[in-house]
Amino acid sequence: MAAISTATPPTFNLSSPSRNPNPASLSSLKLASSNANPSFPHSKSLKLHRNSRFATAAAPSQSASSPAANPTNTFHGLCYVVGDNIDTDQIIPAEYLTLVPSNPDEYEKLGSYALIGLPSSYGERFVELGDTKTKYTIVIGGDNFGCGSSREHAPVALGAAGVAAVVAESYARIFFRNSVATGEIYPLESEGRLCDECTTGDVLTIELGVSKLINHTTGREYKLKPIGDAGPVIEAGGIFAYARKAGMIPSRDA
Amino acid sequence: MASSAVAPTSSFLVDKKILGFSASCAQPSSFPCSPQLSTKRASKKVVSVMTPQQSERKSSATGAVKTGMTMTEKILARASEKSQLVPGENAWVNVDILMTHDVCGPGSIGIFKKEFGQNAKVWDREKLVIIPDHYIFTTDERANRNVDILRDFCNEQNIKYFYDIKDLGNFKANPDYKGVCHVALAQEGHCRPGEVLLGTDSHTCTAGAFGQFATGIGNTDAGFVLGTGKLLLKVPPTLRFVMDGEMPDYLLAKDLILQIIGEISVAGATYKAMEFVGSTVESLTMEERMTLCNMVVEAGGKNGVVPADSTTYKYLEDKTSLPFEPVFSDGGARFLKEYRFDISKLEPLVAKPHSPDNRALARECKDVKIDRVYIGSCTGGKTEDFMAAAKVFLASGKKVKVPTFLVPATQKVWMDVYSLPVPGSGGKTCSQIFEEAGCDTPASPSCGACLGGPRDTYARMNEAQVCVSTTNRNFPGRMGHKEGQIYLASPYTAAASALTGFVTDPREFI
Repeated sequence: MAAISTATPPTFNLSSPSRNPNPASLSSLKLASSNANPSFPHSKSLKLHRNSRFATAAAPSQSASSPAANPTNTFHGLCYVVGDNIDTDQIIPAEYLTLVPSNPDEYEKLGSYALIGLPSSYGERFVELGDTKTKYTIVIGGDNFGCGSSREHAPVALGAAGVAAVVAESYARIFFRNSVATGEIYPLESEGRLCDECTTGDVLTIELGVSKLINHTTGREYKLKPIGDAGPVIEAGGIFAYARKAGMIPSRDA
Repeated sequence: MASSAVAPTSSFLVDKKILGFSASCAQPSSFPCSPQLSTKRASKKVVSVMTPQQSERKSSATGAVKTGMTMTEKILARASEKSQLVPGENAWVNVDILMTHDVCGPGSIGIFKKEFGQNAKVWDREKLVIIPDHYIFTTDERANRNVDILRDFCNEQNIKYFYDIKDLGNFKANPDYKGVCHVALAQEGHCRPGEVLLGTDSHTCTAGAFGQFATGIGNTDAGFVLGTGKLLLKVPPTLRFVMDGEMPDYLLAKDLILQIIGEISVAGATYKAMEFVGSTVESLTMEERMTLCNMVVEAGGKNGVVPADSTTYKYLEDKTSLPFEPVFSDGGARFLKEYRFDISKLEPLVAKPHSPDNRALARECKDVKIDRVYIGSCTGGKTEDFMAAAKVFLASGKKVKVPTFLVPATQKVWMDVYSLPVPGSGGKTCSQIFEEAGCDTPASPSCGACLGGPRDTYARMNEAQVCVSTTNRNFPGRMGHKEGQIYLASPYTAAASALTGFVTDPREFI
């Protein structure tokens, strides 16, 4: 359809992290702190764009031209550690799929069930009973994170719970793509097996611009694979927001 | 990998000059003449710069292209109106069919309306297929509401193919209702060779059995397709699986795909296409080919594909009147890797808890006591799956020792279960044989307990039991209970296990 201009300069790749970091475009939207977790001063809620997700009026002016409030895209918070092959049924069990993510109330509710499908061998709950947000803003996983069904509810549930980023050794394809398309979370890839290096509750910092993860609890630092062209898409709040920003599709109210 | 296969550029350019395009070939790095310069930078240029230039596209369709393509590459090339694509390239692909269902449809519609406007129209009312199938026979109000949302949308948009259900008390009172989307898509003629079919369900890859590109997408991507009919897709490299040898009569396609997933792991085909060829594959029926392609996502695959042949065309004869054009891998196509299997030597398999690649021989698990058997889903709930189970029950003449749940995938399958005679039974139907064996009465067609679903879903695993199932996944919690244990198996093995109460090799009965 005519709405899509294929002649845009920035090509983006929804299918895999590429090795083409573009720190210049990693701009402002992430660092505003909200009161999601007053008891954990380290775990700021990192995602302002989440609020604009349901705004009825489009905000196409969130463009690169407005000066960045904080150009260093840094996530800081507690981590929750899981293993290999965490499938979408463990992230959000099928019984909760009646919740429609595009409905704001149900979006919040999805967050309250994030990772509730993990077996009881996981001692700590990811989201406390009765809460809608998690105190863990970073999830550390092993191989093939997000395998299984194509349910977009999975990255949405994590994002709605307040997760800023997942750091895993590798991702299942559809989960990675859904994470980027929705802009809900950064699906970051680690160079090594961080799920063996980190423990649930460790305090981490992720510096996206330099693709680095610091574990303050253990005092160790790790390299991450660059998020590449997917970064600006997530930063913008998903493919639609990005495409509008980049002029690929007209702004919603135009 | 693909990028290593840079074609002999000079001869290509010579061809182009002969065809009279020398002017645009002056710079080898500028597009239309050098699409096979498969460096990342070149391919990105193709995507961002060249798509709108319709006129030059024709040039290389005249036979100048010398680089072989796999059928997946060819389908995507045609759908993106390009003469050539290489793995890793991103292409805007025209979608032939978009399928969605009651779990992801409402969210996709929500995104479509939010992004394209409350009054927006879908790109093509005849190319969208909406199939309620997941949470149908439940009192869950939100689940029922989701089907209502689909209905309202289909009415508003005048959608041609909406397989609605209103009377939940008796599915047969709903002539439009089909059931499991992937089986219904095939039965209703929406799967056609050479086309691109996307769906908001990971098992959309099932349709690759028809020699088409089919893959699962999320709500946001589906919302985009609803508005535009297009999606940016990355061309996957292809893994080729050559299966030869006569298939023993105790094996089914489920054993073949469990063998492959066990071989390459649940992430072995991530981002990749899986092409199935060889004499064994050629001998498979359409339903068996669907089983094969259905589970490519369990290996992480983006799509699975079986070349179309006379079996395909025969199946399609009375199902679609639309023209289609099959494509096939070129002789010189490049495959990332080729695997070969001698199927005549294969034994019945299971995937043990809690991963589809946790492969074992069925006979190795003969001491595993089970609590129930489940036969159903897009993977193992087709007519031939029930025929296979009935064959085992018939051969044994015995009764099942554990509760055995049967959920036909679609209304058509249900009808077959109640009407088709089972060969060698003296005219008995599957349903009669199941009744004599002591199975539960075949339930209303839907996705059922394959994915757990709402608490009141028929045959949902609400306790930590051990189940042998013809479904597709056995991750923790998949069928309901987090501590439940699921052994994935063929309908033969599932039926044999029902008869003994242990995981059982079907050769004990057939």
